[in-house]
Amino acid sequence: MAGLTVTPARRARPARRKRPYGSALVLLLAGLYFLVPVAASLWFTVDDPAKGVTLDAYTKGLGDDGMATSLGLSLRLGLATVALGLLLMVPTMVVVTLRLPKLRRVVEVLCMVPLIVPPVALVAGVSTVLSWQQDLADTPLWGTFQVLVNKNFPLVLVLVYTVMSLPFLYRSLDAGLRAVDLATLVEASRSLGASRLATLRRVVVPNLRPALVSGAVLSLAMVLGEYTVATVLGFEPFSVWMVHVGEYEAQLSVAAAMLSLLITWGLLLLLTNLAGGRARKGRKTTA
Amino acid sequence: MTTTATTAHKSPPAAETRSGGVGLRLGGLRRAFGSTTALDGLDLDIAPGELVALLGPSGCGKTTALRIIAGFETADAGELLMGGEDVTATPANRRDIGMVFQSYSLFPNMTAAENVAYGLRVRKAPKAERAERAAELLELVGLPGRDKHYPHQLSGGQQQRVALARALAIRPRVLLLDEPLSALDAKVRLQLREEIRRLQLELGITTVFVTHDQEEALSMADRVAVMKDGRLEQCAPPSELYERPATPFVAEFVGTMNRLPGVMREDGTVEVLGRRLPVHGDCPDAGHAVEVLLRPESLRVGAEEAGKPGAAVTAEGAGPGETATVRVATFLGGTTRLHLTTASGAEAKADLPSWEAGSLTPGSRCTLVPHDHPVLVERTAWPPAPVQETA
Repeated sequence: MAGLTVTPARRARPARRKRPYGSALVLLLAGLYFLVPVAASLWFTVDDPAKGVTLDAYTKGLGDDGMATSLGLSLRLGLATVALGLLLMVPTMVVVTLRLPKLRRVVEVLCMVPLIVPPVALVAGVSTVLSWQQDLADTPLWGTFQVLVNKNFPLVLVLVYTVMSLPFLYRSLDAGLRAVDLATLVEASRSLGASRLATLRRVVVPNLRPALVSGAVLSLAMVLGEYTVATVLGFEPFSVWMVHVGEYEAQLSVAAAMLSLLITWGLLLLLTNLAGGRARKGRKTTA
Repeated sequence: MTTTATTAHKSPPAAETRSGGVGLRLGGLRRAFGSTTALDGLDLDIAPGELVALLGPSGCGKTTALRIIAGFETADAGELLMGGEDVTATPANRRDIGMVFQSYSLFPNMTAAENVAYGLRVRKAPKAERAERAAELLELVGLPGRDKHYPHQLSGGQQQRVALARALAIRPRVLLLDEPLSALDAKVRLQLREEIRRLQLELGITTVFVTHDQEEALSMADRVAVMKDGRLEQCAPPSELYERPATPFVAEFVGTMNRLPGVMREDGTVEVLGRRLPVHGDCPDAGHAVEVLLRPESLRVGAEEAGKPGAAVTAEGAGPGETATVRVATFLGGTTRLHLTTASGAEAKADLPSWEAGSLTPGSRCTLVPHDHPVLVERTAWPPAPVQETA
């Protein structure tokens, strides 16, 4: 026994955490892919070989009537598209989920069609219909056509953009509806005395808020960047104005693109905050 | 037989009528989904303030009946009267019914208090009244101080309590409970079961409770309505349902039941396990082979005396019985369930106090004697020929 020596147990080293070099590399590459063009564009807008760094392009752009008009038009078109799209899709999706689940696939296929049909093909059909207005000069439909192609607010673009936004709205709403037990919530609301409209307003819409916001943001971003339909139909929203300006004043055009990027991000943050406000409030209560 | 029993029990006993709530009458309700008949002429009268449990196997139509009462389904035929008023065609939101659902049905975008006050809000009650009523109801269901919690911050049991408070907040004429405890764990289920019953008695509200759990139904309800294939088999107080089931289906669905071979005798009794027992309900002609329905606790078991193989000792106070062999003995706490095979090859289950079951180990022989209570019998499906009398 005496010969036995007790060697102190080697203190176990805490397992070294494996550093996620791979993930960091992927993140870095993705960041560069996204940020380098933005940074390059930003540099291009502020760099003047004669004056050095200057914000002239931005001040000029913000003071340009064309930019304000086209940007305003794009935002109004975007908001109208979102409103019309949600007005169409929310009741449809709710009815399909609650009453006609067998039609879900049919609605899905119909809503996905705009992803398959190229905007050029879509606008070709619209142009053909709009060309009929010459033949309808003496009918009440003439006025309708005039409203559709009104330069200040071309309703025809809202209609086309609504169709083009259906895939985004469908996907967002479908995910939102699958996340809640809509049938039970609606029945609970009805049993407590709420009408169908009150149930939609107080129960369905608030519980679909994240899905509605997600669909709205995607649709808005699509409208702000849409070029083909607007240019073929001869209107000048922001994207078309940027291309026109770029033909003779490249720096202003890129500055406008940077501003549109900022506006889109701003709207995205605003809507995301609106969607998450209630949930955060709930989490704070627990803490 | 079924019709007679159903008619006899479908109206509530006058003595149990309470002052609160309104009466409910389901008259000849029919509902089919395609080729499937969910309700096939359901008749049921529920007294004001009574708690009736709809019990039955899956697909028997109990949930369809509840949904028709709530107004979520429309009956193809029949009528629904609430407090004497025909509400068959009244929309769900105008029936003044409170409902607690099987799945958690709280509105996720509202706090517990907002959920409870929702029904009052759609009725345009003043804000102060809503807040006061919500606080009162949350206290009633044992959740004071949880008013600002969102559903995701509450446990399953707490959510169902809030759902109950929400259903009660509107002072409903009828309360409907659609398996509200089935998603909860056993302990919470037992606790909430007692609380629901306490509240129901306290408020005297007419309540219809759908469940497939017979223990829940028997322990909570004033009367239990057993359904099968869209029809009412029997509606009776729990003890009556258990002790005097009207049909073999009810007898077997509620509790455990043995089916033992017997023969009908001229005096209207049935001979089973060597004894003659009185018969209630349907009584086949003498000489017919029948199956006798006996509860495990209706069988007395006497152990065979040691050292006297083959000499059966009858259970105390009993007449001649039939020898049986214990196959399995299952200890259940206060009682032990014996699975036995009789000398004639029939299989039976018998319950006896655990302190008496010590010597009855698997393989041991014993004597099986039925109590003298009236029993239900059912004609043997095959062979149908009468059995010859033996000497």
